[in-house]
Amino acid sequence: MNKISPVILLVAVFLLSACNTLRGTGDLGVVIERATGSVKIVNTTQGVSLKKVEGLGDLSHASIVYSRDERYAYVFGRDGGLTKIDILKGEIKKRVIQSGNSIGGAISQDGKFVAVSNYTPGGVNVFNANTLELVEAIPATYGNKNQQSKVVGLVDAPGQRFVFSLYDAGEIWLADYSKGKAAITRFKNIGVQPYDGLITPDGRYYITGLFGEDGLALLDLWHPEEGVKRILNNYGRGTKKMPVYKMPHLEGWAMTDDYVFLPSVGRAQVLVVNRRNWNKIKTISVHGQPVFVMARPDGRQVWVNYAYPKNDTVQVIDTESLKIVKTLKPGKAVLHMEFTPRGEHVWVSARDADKVTVYDTATFSVITTLPMEKPSGIFFTNRAHRIGL
Amino acid sequence: MRVKSKKIMFIFCSLFINHAAAEGKEIPEQRISELNNLLIQDCGSCHGMTMKGGLGPALTPEVLNVKPRKLIEAAITYGRAGTPMPPWNKILTKQEINWMVDTLYKGTSNE
Repeated sequence: MNKISPVILLVAVFLLSACNTLRGTGDLGVVIERATGSVKIVNTTQGVSLKKVEGLGDLSHASIVYSRDERYAYVFGRDGGLTKIDILKGEIKKRVIQSGNSIGGAISQDGKFVAVSNYTPGGVNVFNANTLELVEAIPATYGNKNQQSKVVGLVDAPGQRFVFSLYDAGEIWLADYSKGKAAITRFKNIGVQPYDGLITPDGRYYITGLFGEDGLALLDLWHPEEGVKRILNNYGRGTKKMPVYKMPHLEGWAMTDDYVFLPSVGRAQVLVVNRRNWNKIKTISVHGQPVFVMARPDGRQVWVNYAYPKNDTVQVIDTESLKIVKTLKPGKAVLHMEFTPRGEHVWVSARDADKVTVYDTATFSVITTLPMEKPSGIFFTNRAHRIGL
Repeated sequence: MRVKSKKIMFIFCSLFINHAAAEGKEIPEQRISELNNLLIQDCGSCHGMTMKGGLGPALTPEVLNVKPRKLIEAAITYGRAGTPMPPWNKILTKQEINWMVDTLYKGTSNE
């Protein structure tokens, strides 16, 4: 009597599911399409591109951080644009032009502040993460106070802090937001031309690379009162300076239990360093000057890409034998690599090949290839819960 | 095997380009497109894809017009000491560097 036709039932189920598609965002990500000012929202479970979002300006050195609910991506563009994207809806929620020229950003420990590091005018702007209203502008003044330095290596640190480096001034600044407004601590004379910085995954050490001299500047955030120290005094360009066609990035510095893997500056080498005492253990000869040296989440492999003109190659180092175990050719101008949250796959962007290739990290076979327009940075939402990313 | 043949092709092409430069011939269209990509994408990594600057200075026609051409040519050819700007004379021919300078003074297609 009450038999409902299976067809009607099917249609009903389909309609219901169509208007009630609840989903999480833990397996989503965003890929920058640098030349067209657009991004693609991707799904890492299915290995597909879901939607293109346009109108983000000059993305020549763009990066992304995520809100802690993993719903919103904050895109930092070269032209000073700060864009908040709703990755569930695939649309721009809010966009502001906050400076003339910017390089990157960070989100605070509690997710309430987004900070952007700027070249012009040099400094850091801090925004309300919800509304993108300016909370505070921190000009990176130095010298006679008329000069403003370019700011690089901006990261978040535990204790509601932001840490960043002043390229022109050779300083590290600590901005503490634990009491609402920034309390700034300046560390002067930390070295010549700090060009990028990173924070260790536990949030304890902030390390800055120096372009103008050898060695690295290290700040222990458990003991900032001890000041900035020098480590790895031989790290850098050395006495015979080699040209650097693309600056190595520090953000991806691979850390395993025992070792840190560092890109050499200007040389075709990856350096292996003891994590406890910062002594160099080994120099691994590689294909070119490394740009990103990134560990698979389980620390068993380190993946490396290279600077122009050797940028068509990616190599994999086994962290037990410290030997190269695989050389891959994902296409011309490989710019970035991003592991899925637990590392079974890695996504690799090849700018001049206009594609992203997804590899199985155990077999090195290609899972899929996604066409993209001049792809650069790849950012998955699991970054939301990692210190410094 | 494939790598080797690519290398030979590269050497062959470099010879050809150097030769063409010596003869005063024009840069082939294919190479122009590569140079354009290099200028906007790779130089753009530091100078901005619209040449409005980044870690490196802005290189728009407005900025360059008040600077001597020889300075820009030398910066690209030999790099600039004390800055991250590398020398390009091992990668580009004199003619190609000239093309870069011309294009910058005119404004790239991306500005």
